[in-house]
Amino acid sequence: MILDLDKFIAKERFFWDELAALLARQEAQPDRRPPLEEAKRFHYLYQRVSSDLVKLKTFAGEAETTRFLERLVARAYSRLHEDGGEKVPFRPWRWLTRVFPATFRRHWIAFALSFGTFCVGAGFGAGALKWNPQSKADFIPPQFSHLNEKPSKRVEREEQKNFDAFQGRHEFSAQLMTHNTKVTILTMVTGFLWGIFTLILLFYNGTLMGVVIYDYLADGQGVFLSAWLLPHGSFELPAVFLGGQAGLIIAHTMFGWGTNLRLRQRFARIRGDLVTLIGGAGLLLVWAGIVEAFLSQYHAPQFYPWKIGFGAVQLLALILYLAFCGRRPASKKTLSL
Amino acid sequence: MLGTTTTLTVRTPEGVVFEIPLASPFSRCLALALDMAVIFALTILFSQFIQLLTIATSGVPVLGRVFADFGTGAAIVLQFAITVGYGMATEWLWSGRTVGKRILRLRVMDERGLSLGVKQVVIRNLFRLLDMLPSTFYLIGGISCLVTARCQRLGDIAAGTLVIREAELAPPALGQLIGTERNSFAAAPHLEARLRQRTTPAEARLALDAVTRRNELDPEARLELFARLAEYFREIAEFPEEITIGLSDEQYVRNVVETLFRRASV
Repeated sequence: MILDLDKFIAKERFFWDELAALLARQEAQPDRRPPLEEAKRFHYLYQRVSSDLVKLKTFAGEAETTRFLERLVARAYSRLHEDGGEKVPFRPWRWLTRVFPATFRRHWIAFALSFGTFCVGAGFGAGALKWNPQSKADFIPPQFSHLNEKPSKRVEREEQKNFDAFQGRHEFSAQLMTHNTKVTILTMVTGFLWGIFTLILLFYNGTLMGVVIYDYLADGQGVFLSAWLLPHGSFELPAVFLGGQAGLIIAHTMFGWGTNLRLRQRFARIRGDLVTLIGGAGLLLVWAGIVEAFLSQYHAPQFYPWKIGFGAVQLLALILYLAFCGRRPASKKTLSL
Repeated sequence: MLGTTTTLTVRTPEGVVFEIPLASPFSRCLALALDMAVIFALTILFSQFIQLLTIATSGVPVLGRVFADFGTGAAIVLQFAITVGYGMATEWLWSGRTVGKRILRLRVMDERGLSLGVKQVVIRNLFRLLDMLPSTFYLIGGISCLVTARCQRLGDIAAGTLVIREAELAPPALGQLIGTERNSFAAAPHLEARLRQRTTPAEARLALDAVTRRNELDPEARLELFARLAEYFREIAEFPEEITIGLSDEQYVRNVVETLFRRASV
């Protein structure tokens, strides 16, 4: 059978143009929900043009019109078969009280591993400094050179400073937020390289923290250290662990243990969880940045108990939130025969 | 691999198969350069705006002091937000297109041919931080693009996306391309039918391309090309001598194309 191309195009062109016009309207207003009649017509046109494409490919083989129809069918297909889950409206309160903590709990092993790696790093850093106190400068990176100073000297200097809320605080806060967010995202995305660099980043940050903690404790500055780090660290460090958690989920996906799904299918399964975890980490970091700039750097000794109390309460609240928020009561199981 | 796949083939549940052309690493690179220029321009624009505000409020006693500090912080956050959020915002609002991709007629889409979801947009743009390493040289992303069959950077693999070329939509005006001269093959409709039956779409496309681009060819190449094409089509369907007498090779191929693409048959 040979297709009469001229007649075929003349007869069907009207439907092609109608589908193209509908697509243009939908692409111009992606959030618009078409009325039922329009949706039905769209589906009919999609099927008709698909059928035209099959006919053309089978009986004519004319390249240009085939390509034109392929493009039209591709656009219609993408609109018609888009993932319905994506269209669920974002509800911030539900996300905050249910989705985020539930996602965190679903992957608690990855979080434990992330936290554990950090702790191992911290132990290594503290141990190294105890073994060789001269090695402190080798661990501290250039951007934190002020930490090379003897802790008691720094405490003495900081405690004599007057607090000025508008002297570089906003800039400092902004720098902290953006830097920590970058580090957290990097900890997550390096999970793609089978998690090796995620673990290295966690271990490295842990080492740095271990060196600082041991240094201050050994110099008898435990109270200053707690008042300095707890207010913002109680949110900042968990955010980094969340980044590590997301990175280790990616690493697990890369290895594909316990599943015979293909890589793209495995990624499709975790994509929503990754966005949720990194979104949660981002929120924590914004708050931590504000607290670090406006509270943590204010070193008046009479406020130490308040600062430590604030940090401790914050940390406890975060633990309770992540552990229990949005849990549904266990349904009663009934025995049926 | 090195770019062996140039199209995405999609088979719909209805059994329809179609192809979407993929973007080359080079065109993606150009689009990226344009986007970086836009990001740079936006950052400068906002920084200047904040600086202007700071200068304008500098005379006010308390507000001026607050704003001088707040402005610097806001500029840092804005720069970060623009760098990270530009790709996310534009790809989400413009259905997978940034400014650079719009100019170069590229579009990000789901690797199954579906439209892009918001989670995919977020993931592919977050992974940019890894793809652009070391520093901002895009070495990891570039190597990934070159070694994956469908030119995907790591962000594309994680998000399940790829970048396609937007094909032209208008069908060609065949009459203008082929001409309206009388086709002597019309005298043998049964042989025309045989010619159509035995010619594959790729061969038909080749012949059409040769006819439409004949004026761009060197005279020698043109003679050789049409001689080879005519010889091939003569083998497929041999028309009697009284129809083909006096026809040059080029006219023979033009008749073939006219037969394949225009004429109605039984």
